Amino acid sequence: MSLDFDSARLPNPNFNEEHEAWRTQLRRFIDTEIMPYAEEWDEAGEIPMELWPKAAEVGLLGLGYPEEYGGVQEGIDSWYGWITNEELARHSVGGVNASLMVHGIGLPPVINWGPDWMKQEIAPPVLRGEKHISLGITEPGGGSDVAQLKTTAVRDGDHFIVNGSKTYITGGMRANWVSTAVRTGGEGAGGVSMLLIPTDAEGFSRTPLDRKQGWWASDTATLYFDNVRVPVENLIGEENKGFLVIMTNFNGERMAMAAGMEALGRVCLEEAVEWARDRNTFGKRLADHQVIRHKIAMMKQKLNATQAYIRCCYEAIEAGSPDPGDIALLKVQASETMEFCAREAMQILGGIGYMRGSRVERIYREVRVNAIGGGSEEIMRDLAARQYKL
Amino acid sequence: MKVLVAVKRVVDYNVKVRAKADGSDVDLNNVKMAINPFCEIAVEEAVRLKEAGTATEVVAVSIGDKACQEQIRTALALGADRGIQVETEGAVEPLVVAKLLKGVIEKEQPQLVILGKQSIDGDNNQTGQMLGALTNMAQGTFASEVAIDGDKVNVTREVDGGLQTVSLNLPAIVTTDLRLNEPRYASLPNIMKAKKKPLDVHTPADLGVEPKAHLTTLKVEPPAERQAGIMVESVEQLVDKLKNEAKVIS
Repeated sequence: MSLDFDSARLPNPNFNEEHEAWRTQLRRFIDTEIMPYAEEWDEAGEIPMELWPKAAEVGLLGLGYPEEYGGVQEGIDSWYGWITNEELARHSVGGVNASLMVHGIGLPPVINWGPDWMKQEIAPPVLRGEKHISLGITEPGGGSDVAQLKTTAVRDGDHFIVNGSKTYITGGMRANWVSTAVRTGGEGAGGVSMLLIPTDAEGFSRTPLDRKQGWWASDTATLYFDNVRVPVENLIGEENKGFLVIMTNFNGERMAMAAGMEALGRVCLEEAVEWARDRNTFGKRLADHQVIRHKIAMMKQKLNATQAYIRCCYEAIEAGSPDPGDIALLKVQASETMEFCAREAMQILGGIGYMRGSRVERIYREVRVNAIGGGSEEIMRDLAARQYKL
Repeated sequence: MKVLVAVKRVVDYNVKVRAKADGSDVDLNNVKMAINPFCEIAVEEAVRLKEAGTATEVVAVSIGDKACQEQIRTALALGADRGIQVETEGAVEPLVVAKLLKGVIEKEQPQLVILGKQSIDGDNNQTGQMLGALTNMAQGTFASEVAIDGDKVNVTREVDGGLQTVSLNLPAIVTTDLRLNEPRYASLPNIMKAKKKPLDVHTPADLGVEPKAHLTTLKVEPPAERQAGIMVESVEQLVDKLKNEAKVIS
């Protein structure tokens, strides 16, 4: 076995011809439209607007969304999602996927909980790649403790008046709409609602957060709401029932992140193995030194475990019985695996791995955002312990 | 006009293949497979002929075990109308492929057959030419342009000295070169639609062919590794080494 990206993937009997066809076509798309510019976009800290319509054309943006809004849903199962997140990891440019695919967290609340007019107005241009939607949950004063959020939406006739701010909002600089968590009621989870806020509304402003450890190419932002008037019809789901919307959104996001992290770990393995086979030290290949062989074997061991766990969770989702605790711990498993693989690959590559321009160097910078964003390892373990009724 | 295109399942061109330790073959265990790039160009050309209204139906055929249905499905997603698999086991040689394709041609009666000039695994570059000989059809190989003109097809060929255009009577066989076109991506909606397109399976016996092996592989080994270079001290030393060690000048 050559231990490259594909051969280091465990067999999965759930994959059929269409899945493989999607992998092949998506890979061609990424190899042509993203790979050659990967480093350039990373260094520039942004990706061109033209990428969205191109990604829409190949079917990447519409994957899993209803046909009536321009998506492809019929016949689409979880395995397409896994393949997509795997393939998107290969270019290893922090922030491209976060920004390109941010509708993956911003749009589901609208699709799953929004009124008809909202779906019809928002979903088609987003899935065509012409407009953008983000998700606004985290605030400067707190993130993980969603139930304590402070941004308020006070009813005034047929409008809400929104005041407060959101931060670390992926895709926030170019978003046309933000699915925003606001406080419409009393203290705690029972006072939270989801509100669709257009970014051209008066009183809305934003500033970029462009000096980050990773995700350089993502237009992450802080958003400010200063007496922003939002029509009541922009409620996503029922008033004061927003917490449920937020929580159901997380499972999909965590699965996508876990799939991406395992694949990023596999890229590290691929790069490390190639180097270890080529590089000679002390009269033999790096790959012939036991200390290096064990590093590679351990990377593969952890990747195997993570792949099997991902498959297990996707099978549960396909069977209609996902366990949020298992998914939360999968995210931890995946970020620990990615962290280990990034570290060990960097040790094997040595100086060349430390230089900008290599995929391992890029992935190393992306470990923390994956281990923290979408639910930190600590919060994930705590959530799991609660789910398991400890 | 009906167009038949042949597609082959091969190792993805990005894969760095490794020889098996026993030297019997390259290691295909868990390796990513794809449509042979030249076959993909053939499919694209056929689909363009259909989009231009020149072709009425595009049929994609592949020869191999069940796994090659994946490549047929990809051809269907790229725009072919229906697929045919000729089910075989193990490796098939160019002559057997040509005989099986001849059988498919007799059944389907296409006006134009488009194949890749060679597949990137065996690099034989024989099937199209053998098929031309077996069927007595005109052949235009290494095509960089294909233009249908009534009951003829004008094929611009990439030859050593430049470009050569031949005019062939239909039905004819064309093999594609790299610059014929740039294949499109099959979009996800088209991949899903391809599921519903018909795919028939034939056996070699249905086509009156008995697959035989005429060739034996003796050994598969990786190319010799390049030796490390040295820095020479002077031009004289360089000339001396080129003369006496490398023996490339005299």
